[in-house]
Amino acid sequence: MSGSAFAPVDQYYLLQARQMQALSFAVHIPLVCFGIAFPLMVLFAEWRYLQSGDLLFRTLARRWSKVMLALFAVGVVTGTILSFELGLLWPGFMAAFGNVFGLAFALEGFSFFVEAIFIAIYVYGWDRLPPRRHFLSGIPVVIAGVTGSLFVISVNGWMNNPGGFALENGVAVDANPWAALFGNSYFWHEFVHMYVAGYMVAGFCVGGVYAWDFLRGHRGRYERAALAIALSAAAIASVLQPVIGDWAAREVAKKQPIKLAAMEGLAQTTSRAPEHLLGWYNGQTVVYGLEIPGLLSLLAFHNLNATVQGLETAPPTDRPPVNVVRLAFQTMAGIGTLLALIGFAFLYVRFRKGRLPHSRWFYRAVIVAGPLSLIALIAGWVTTEVGRQPWVVYGFMRTSEAVTGAGGLPIGYATLVVVYLGLACAVVWLLLRFRRLPLDRSDSSLPSGSEFTPSPAAEAFRAR
Amino acid sequence: MLADVPIILILVGLAAYTVLAGADFGAGFWILFPAGGRTSPAVTRDHARHAIGPVWEANHVWLIFVLVVCWTAYPVAFGSIMSTLSVPLFVAAIGIILRGASYALRGQLDSAPQRRLIENIFALSSVLTPFALGTVVGAIASGRVPVGNARGDLVTSWLNPTSVLIGALAVATSSYLAAVYLAADARRLVDRTLGFDFRARALWAGIVAGALALGGLVVVRSDARLLFEELTTGGGLAMVGLSAAAGLATLASVWAGRLGPARVSAALAVAAIVGGWSVAQHPRLLPGLTIGQAAAGRATLTALVLAVAVGAIVLVPSLVLLFSLFLRGRLDAGPVAAPIIDVPGTKLADRSRPLLGFALVCLVVGTGLMVFADSGWTRVVGITCLCAFAVSAFMLSATMSDAQGNERRGNRPEYAKFSGQEEQR
Repeated sequence: MSGSAFAPVDQYYLLQARQMQALSFAVHIPLVCFGIAFPLMVLFAEWRYLQSGDLLFRTLARRWSKVMLALFAVGVVTGTILSFELGLLWPGFMAAFGNVFGLAFALEGFSFFVEAIFIAIYVYGWDRLPPRRHFLSGIPVVIAGVTGSLFVISVNGWMNNPGGFALENGVAVDANPWAALFGNSYFWHEFVHMYVAGYMVAGFCVGGVYAWDFLRGHRGRYERAALAIALSAAAIASVLQPVIGDWAAREVAKKQPIKLAAMEGLAQTTSRAPEHLLGWYNGQTVVYGLEIPGLLSLLAFHNLNATVQGLETAPPTDRPPVNVVRLAFQTMAGIGTLLALIGFAFLYVRFRKGRLPHSRWFYRAVIVAGPLSLIALIAGWVTTEVGRQPWVVYGFMRTSEAVTGAGGLPIGYATLVVVYLGLACAVVWLLLRFRRLPLDRSDSSLPSGSEFTPSPAAEAFRAR
Repeated sequence: MLADVPIILILVGLAAYTVLAGADFGAGFWILFPAGGRTSPAVTRDHARHAIGPVWEANHVWLIFVLVVCWTAYPVAFGSIMSTLSVPLFVAAIGIILRGASYALRGQLDSAPQRRLIENIFALSSVLTPFALGTVVGAIASGRVPVGNARGDLVTSWLNPTSVLIGALAVATSSYLAAVYLAADARRLVDRTLGFDFRARALWAGIVAGALALGGLVVVRSDARLLFEELTTGGGLAMVGLSAAAGLATLASVWAGRLGPARVSAALAVAAIVGGWSVAQHPRLLPGLTIGQAAAGRATLTALVLAVAVGAIVLVPSLVLLFSLFLRGRLDAGPVAAPIIDVPGTKLADRSRPLLGFALVCLVVGTGLMVFADSGWTRVVGITCLCAFAVSAFMLSATMSDAQGNERRGNRPEYAKFSGQEEQR
């Protein structure tokens, strides 16, 4: 079949198509974080119940698992939209390269199956499966959450560092999917970076809920147990993330120097390149920023005198929009640093003093950390995806060659915005509703007269 | 030969989606039209809604499976279909969002006044989505999707007699399957009237779906002559006959109250329609593009088949487990069957000091390897060390009991302050 059948079309609304994809992605990706991290937190709580016999942990796991299922359901549909959009918006990309990267999505499909099957058994089986078997039914959910994101990110790694095919008439031939996807050294840092981010987002968002309770004086056993699990996960992840980020930055410096130049607003190839904090790229240099000499060379190559490639080495049509990428990168790195400090403070108090922090300011920071972690997550993906522009397959196919020839994109875009706004309201409302469920009602199976009457917390909930 | 394997996988996925997810869509249809039975509409709606709870997500994944196999194995055909049929596919996508979100939302709304609105959104999108997907099938079957980036007509490709017929047929078969399954589920819940109602609905929906399928052949004859001829000769005809026979058998079983066999024969009747379409069209995928011409290279196909084979080893037992629990009522809501078992607690031995030391060593070694070395194996060791740090630090931090902290520091007043605040309220 001919590649010419998929000759590039003149799509006036290319930018809108990209924004639609970005919007759908930004809606889906926070849910992925919960898919990665939440099952393990829920299972940990249940393991604590099995190990200690303390029904408090059963209540906690049970309540969390219902939130987990609701978020998974929303993730199922938003993820489906993404796979539809791959074809609806980028048929040229799918037609030319589907044979190279499609395999990863097939594997992801099976992860998705396993996740959907066992999350249902786990959440619907609370009252009817024996405790140990119930716990075991949660384990595939954890594994599938990891493998699912691994397969999807392997595709993104391939788009940024393509290989495993030959190009003929604009269509990939001689595809070797295994080598293209998993023989690619460039995707591991993306995967680890995202995986750790998943724990930061889920941990801080869940922790923020209980931090709110703490500030309002609800400091019962239930809240303390929930905070300990959520914040331990978030704190450890956010302390590790700078190390992973450093690895990622060095990989980008090696394989996608133009992306790095855009992240830093570096117009000319420079040795002993400075790093600018804040500021604005005016087409030649970064203005109004705080300049730290040599820091960029140090960060990118771990050598103060290293030469960093500038934007001038790529023709203007091959450069990504600098300020978008730069702002996104600075946002991510800045928030990441803040979160690492919060995480460090938590771990310090936890290990030095053996307790949760007392400071009200700490809990205020945790409440803010939830939304901040979401912003950093999306900013990070903007950095790597807008930084990939104008390519969809880096160096091989431009987004303008991939886009659909169908009309009516603005109508679709507007519809999608309205639907997603409704979805966002629904999810927020749903989460608030979960919170308002009284503790004891959510766990109808609690035997009466058991020693778990977490009276302080339950009373607190009733008192509201 | 190898080029045909993925299309068989696609058809298996499509048949599974049409039957399993179809029955879930059909539950939405009965939520939209719950009247006319002896049971109250409210009870009928709740039954239809609860019945799909544990399985709808897994059933939905068959659609993803079909999409990914299609774009991996037949990329050009996939690009052509998605671009020309962007309108109905976008509508289906919106329907899928509305449906999933409203279902998740409805589960938490038992007493809220907005519950009817949310339920109606769920029900309407459950009708809209299969209709839109049916028009897509109609467009492909009647040869209205040319090869190329949005080369077909964006409107008439899916708004034509065959597409509308198949869209309507999709809604009808979904409602029919749902009625059969809901009748069987009602019997499990020992609700005789509800079961009787759904048996009546199954009979009516079966007659409508059958009439639509057979009567629709007249529409296909005038609108898509080639498809009609392929459907009424050879293998196509055999499949149409099989579908009709299975449909009649289902009606008889439902009439006689034998709902177990009815589940199977109803599924067969619907799956045979998918089979008939595929046999009729084989080997043509799109006009001027056969399956062999559309197929990706050998390495891709081999990798895909291998991946699906390995995936099936995991998937099949998982599905069997899910459906056996589901059909035996082990995932039903409602009163607890087995009392919750008290788990004997064991106290964790306090190994916190050595574990903390281990965690710190892992952190230092891992960070050092990640930051100061730059080769593959140092990365592997580095990440392993950081993972070991994460796990051990998490175990320490998350299992640390508050009391332990108090004892160690002897600072009871701090916690007295906390509980004091609680008591004050």
